[in-house]
Amino acid sequence: METLKDKKMKKSADTRMKISGAEAIIHCLLAEGVDLIYGYPGGAIMPVYDELYKFQDQLTHVLTRHEQGAAHAAQGYARATGKVGVAMATSGPGATNLVTGLADAQIDSTPMVCITGQVPRHLLGSDAFQETDIIGISTPVTKWNYQVTKASEIPEIMAKAFYIAKSGRPGPVLVDITKNAQFDELEFEYKPCTQVRSYQPYPKPDMADLQEAAALINTAKKPYIVYGQGVILGKAEEELKALVEKSGIPAAWTILGLSAMETDHPLNVGMVGMHGNYGPNVLTNECDLLVAIGMRFDDRVTGDLDTYAKQAKIIHFEIDPAEINKNVKVDVAVLGNAKESLKLLLPLIKENKHEAWHSEFKKKQEEEYEAVIKADLYPQKPGLTMGEVIGSINKASGDNAVIVSDVGQHQMIACRYARFTQTKSNITSGGLGTMGFALPAAIGAKMGAEDREVVAIIGDGGYQMNIQELATIFQNKTAVKIVVLNNEHLGMVRQWQELFFEKRYASTVMTNPDFVKIAEGYHLKARRVEERSELDEAVKEMMNSKEPYFLEVRVEKEDNVFPMIPSGASVSDIRLK
Amino acid sequence: MEKKWFTISVYSENNVGLLNRISGIFLKRHINIESLNVSKSEIEGVSKFTVVVFTTEDWTRKIVMQIEKQIEVIKAFYHTDEETIYQESALFKIGSHLLFDERQIQNIIKDSHAQIVTVSREFFVLAKTGKREEIEEMYRLLKPYGIMQFVRSGRITVTKAEMKISSLLAAMEK
Repeated sequence: METLKDKKMKKSADTRMKISGAEAIIHCLLAEGVDLIYGYPGGAIMPVYDELYKFQDQLTHVLTRHEQGAAHAAQGYARATGKVGVAMATSGPGATNLVTGLADAQIDSTPMVCITGQVPRHLLGSDAFQETDIIGISTPVTKWNYQVTKASEIPEIMAKAFYIAKSGRPGPVLVDITKNAQFDELEFEYKPCTQVRSYQPYPKPDMADLQEAAALINTAKKPYIVYGQGVILGKAEEELKALVEKSGIPAAWTILGLSAMETDHPLNVGMVGMHGNYGPNVLTNECDLLVAIGMRFDDRVTGDLDTYAKQAKIIHFEIDPAEINKNVKVDVAVLGNAKESLKLLLPLIKENKHEAWHSEFKKKQEEEYEAVIKADLYPQKPGLTMGEVIGSINKASGDNAVIVSDVGQHQMIACRYARFTQTKSNITSGGLGTMGFALPAAIGAKMGAEDREVVAIIGDGGYQMNIQELATIFQNKTAVKIVVLNNEHLGMVRQWQELFFEKRYASTVMTNPDFVKIAEGYHLKARRVEERSELDEAVKEMMNSKEPYFLEVRVEKEDNVFPMIPSGASVSDIRLK
Repeated sequence: MEKKWFTISVYSENNVGLLNRISGIFLKRHINIESLNVSKSEIEGVSKFTVVVFTTEDWTRKIVMQIEKQIEVIKAFYHTDEETIYQESALFKIGSHLLFDERQIQNIIKDSHAQIVTVSREFFVLAKTGKREEIEEMYRLLKPYGIMQFVRSGRITVTKAEMKISSLLAAMEK
């Protein structure tokens, strides 16, 4: 008797065959090299789930406990691997639950394809059960979206979806597929998409721009590089390092650029932005040349635009033409993929050291160390700090973990103090600031980078926004390490209330459940640390565990994150306390 | 920066969702669309959006970049009024009795070079093509007599300079 598998093998061998739309979707995913997707079934997507059942030896579907979890898990997978993450949901609420993940992926340029079921074509627009206009809803938060209403459209649209998601400046794509298109048959033939005529994802760097940029770099007395996620997305880590080392220019990272270069590199001077390092912020307004590479001058980076780097010439290496002169007016714009642009730039650059300029960063770093870092990392008073927990994780992981952080104080502390030796190791919700991101994103990151330690660092607020994904972790035995830094507050909002709202702590105090018991309820190994003396040992135990592990650390309740650029203030006005 | 009238011309693939995507870009930045027209263009299968805004050049440029970023947009441009030839059309529905009772109406029709599209026992319809000010002037003149219905189209524009969409498309398809 012909088994299901034999039948499948035979079908895969044919290039043209008559199959259902639902089965075609699976073949498209396989053809795109997808072997893992996240999702949640429901009425309008059931034909696809039926096919997933038949293809489970080739394509793993991870059942999350909420569609938002599926979207963030796909994002975590994409960020850790550089591949396209895939999430699937049913129509209506299933689809709308993906929206936060889409918005997050859109603003952080994460390649993702979301597939949603939709009511049958003849019911569209009739307010049918679980009908929602997900195309209309998702339009502002997707790079592209499309509603498939005929089975025959599936191969071409799926190919286009993957091409658009991963090419150029990556982003999320949503394909909404009506139920009739899943049931109906089509002659299946798959051709990967290699171009869309109205879409030019890779602008060619212009040699004249590069020469102008090189001339500015070679003659600058105080040049300064700020690099962002464009370096990671463009696989330009080596080129960035070569540029920094040859030119001797001090380099700072944006939150999403973090881990593109090893943290301890002597020319790496720290993080820019609201809670970035002191020198990198203040000296932005003292450099004579700012070289921005694969970053987009977000307001959390620039602070007040009217006082941002006004004294400096600015060069912007950027793949997306719409980012040029969007927030900051630049003197030279080099359009193109970061890898290609930097490769062409490198031979034009003269060797230099800029020692005196570096010593200015060093001086500021020492000031920050005395005022902030020392007390964060090596506190003398009782009460655990978030900083020392990150320090302990660095030690236990040998600076080699993937750190997935949520949003808030712990995120800023993680991005300030976590140390990295490999790229794609810092996964966090940067642009959108999505609380609830880290737990599901860590699942995706771990499944994408199985051989690496993945540590989720989460606050007690964000943790409870997607806490249900503990079940996904248990069911799949995903060996993520979960660290909840519990200060019984929505810490960042509380900090703002303290500093800018005269200590009116409106709705920022949290009465929390017993997190250890909850983790144990999900059958996870769990431990709570309340004393400094236990911290290193507990972190080590967690890191040595082969299974998922939950660690709650009770930290100081009312610590603040410094330095800080108050909202709307200049980078020069960064506060150390 | 000074606010001015700008005409944004968008050449795009003919796609259902694109109007929504493009209007969202204006919405997000609180830029009012003063006039919008969508039609086919000189190229087979290529649509043309003509959008008129009253804002600064800086905002217009940023909006055009965001529009051009959309996958199905081939190319977007912006122009000042001086750089374009532009027209709008309007229809006026007026009671037929006025044609006989008010002799001045006949003069208005003659002077404004408007066309009488149809005449029935109850009403007649005037069509006027021209610049916004000309249409508004005609509206001002007719208003005292009573206008039963009035409608004005979006601006349509051709640019004095060449737009080179065909050669751009050829390059894109290479």
